[in-house]
Amino acid sequence: MSSRDVILGRVRRALADVPPDETPYERALPRTYLREHGERSVAQTVELLAENLADYRAVVHRCATVPELSALIAGLLAGRGARSVLVPPGLDEAWLAGTGADVTRVADRAESTAAELDRVDSVVTGCAVAIAETGTLVLDGSPDQGRRRITLIPDHHICVVRVPDQVVGSVPQAVERLAPRRPLTWISGPSATSDIELDRVEGVHGPRTLEVVLLGGV
Amino acid sequence: MPAFPKAAHDAVRDTTLRGNLRHATHTIRAKRAHAVAEVSDWAELREAGKRIKDHTLRHLDRYLVQVEEAVTAAGGVVHWAADADEANRIVAELVRATGESEVVKVKSMATQEIGLNEALEAEGIHAYETDLAELIVQLGRDRPSHILVPAIHRNRGEIRDIFAREMGEWGRPAPEGLTDSPAELAEAARLHLREKFLRAKVGISGANFVVAETGTLVVVESEGNGRMCLTLPETLISVVGIEKIVPTWQDLEVFLQTLPRSSTAERMNPYTSMWTGTTNSESDSDSDSDSADGPKNFHLVLLDNGRTDTLADEVGWQALRCIRCSACLNVCPVYERAGGHAYGSVYPGPIGAILSPQLRGTESEIDASLPYASSLCGACYEVCPVAIDIPEVLVHLRERVAQGGTVTREGAKVVLKPAKGHAAERAAMRAARWAFSRPGVLRAGQRLASRTRRLHPRTLPGPGRAWSGSRDLPPVPAEPFRDWWQRTNGGKTDGGKGGAE
Repeated sequence: MSSRDVILGRVRRALADVPPDETPYERALPRTYLREHGERSVAQTVELLAENLADYRAVVHRCATVPELSALIAGLLAGRGARSVLVPPGLDEAWLAGTGADVTRVADRAESTAAELDRVDSVVTGCAVAIAETGTLVLDGSPDQGRRRITLIPDHHICVVRVPDQVVGSVPQAVERLAPRRPLTWISGPSATSDIELDRVEGVHGPRTLEVVLLGGV
Repeated sequence: MPAFPKAAHDAVRDTTLRGNLRHATHTIRAKRAHAVAEVSDWAELREAGKRIKDHTLRHLDRYLVQVEEAVTAAGGVVHWAADADEANRIVAELVRATGESEVVKVKSMATQEIGLNEALEAEGIHAYETDLAELIVQLGRDRPSHILVPAIHRNRGEIRDIFAREMGEWGRPAPEGLTDSPAELAEAARLHLREKFLRAKVGISGANFVVAETGTLVVVESEGNGRMCLTLPETLISVVGIEKIVPTWQDLEVFLQTLPRSSTAERMNPYTSMWTGTTNSESDSDSDSDSADGPKNFHLVLLDNGRTDTLADEVGWQALRCIRCSACLNVCPVYERAGGHAYGSVYPGPIGAILSPQLRGTESEIDASLPYASSLCGACYEVCPVAIDIPEVLVHLRERVAQGGTVTREGAKVVLKPAKGHAAERAAMRAARWAFSRPGVLRAGQRLASRTRRLHPRTLPGPGRAWSGSRDLPPVPAEPFRDWWQRTNGGKTDGGKGGAE
């Protein structure tokens, strides 16, 4: 008897009283909760996203056009004195057009070691979706976001959100949009801990600075 | 493990511990209430969470098989462990097969429950905890005392001392002149652990959720240590209790709203990782190695260890709905005063009081005492995001301890004898039943009690002393009610002597 059979046998004996014609999944769960909390215009949803991101200590910037964005990113990197920046393979070239030759661009490659990535100062990515109600960015490993580790090891992450089309109001709307089989990382502010006296402190193992750029004219 | 009353007795005299716990639990209580109030459909989300979990548990055999199929199809390997020893053996063998002698760990209740670190140590494998609070516990050679914040019983000064004293033993020492500011302590942990993350080849985790339809695992965290352990190593081993399954991808939308608000009182926790088998960042069909993202080898260990026995209990099975948010600990007046260690298990507080005696059985002194470690105030039920009626289960387990009865242990039905230590209670109840069913005896007893009332002691002797130690004995009236009724014709006449005082 394998442990698989042992466990399944125990489960079936424990559930002997469940009738075979019990309500199927679809009808067992009336989803009476809301798809979204409150009524908001598109502009208000973007505003709420900015508010909630800032509330959890992300730094929020806004840009109307790509040239503005490339100037902003160049400024942010220079402001931190970043010597190197990680670039996912599918990132729009124009976003980094303003960045000078003094900043080395590091590609997201399978053969890079963690120690190599540890020497990179910053990383710039896009995102898959952003959730206004919770101030959350979701990355799904698409070409403009790269592997999960590149947004984890460098201490400074610049994430660009295209507004309004990448912004949703609520968690249910985000779950609906995401592809479950992709590697997903949900990010709400820089890393934090509440482990010392249940008091929140920002900045532990993940990037200690998260800058979010809302790109688009809303 | 001593019984709860004895362990708690020692804990409540520790004024530092009391202060630490009061400060922490009161901080989080107010925040949680605020985070929950932000969501207008909390009651509906709570009901949905309860129903999703109930439905899954009632069809658990089907969903377990579905998880196995989905994870295997996504390139993972599924193992089944009937108990702690088997799970530890499986994990140790998987680590040995990689040739490594150290592993990094994400905080996981399941691996705490089975004592994985000690089992690996015995095999010559060092397991490094990477969650800040687990690190504090590990460096302090301590035991966790809270589900979410294992080091809740430590204040910042104690943590500073542990870091300064112990970090050098395990790796990079704490910086000179470390103060007790939480930001500096977090920074010290960051530096200490970074070298371990960067060189780790094997990561071990638990999971908050496993989605049956897709085979996706979900880990909810704050610090980024989880992301480090889940993405940097070549091999990832996840030990997951069989009750962690949810049927569909869509179900996550409920728990990703209720869990962060209930546990850390945040709108959303800083990091949540979701992965399915061995993940490629491109489409599933593309096995081009250049697109690989994260560990090349993924093992899922499905853990029973008393969960199927709990499932067999017609009242207690609801404890398996628990999503380990720890809200019930933070509101519990008993936990706040006794602390987590008194519960003698990795699951302290109200949920521990109903989970441990079911996972482990009620044979030991500590497990038999846990159902009594509560005032039944009901605050835990109020805040539970999956509506576990903890007081109901506590009363059910008390009945089982006092009276014995049929339970399931390791899949087989066994009949428990009534626990020791309840003999006096049972004798008193039997005597009461005998007297109440004989009116003459009852009347004689009542009259005797009335006439001797001046002589009654203020506390009970012998086995009743514990009962009257925290309660006043009810005063006995001058005459039994039935005598008064007959004498005064139901209160219509004054029978001549003032019966009522």
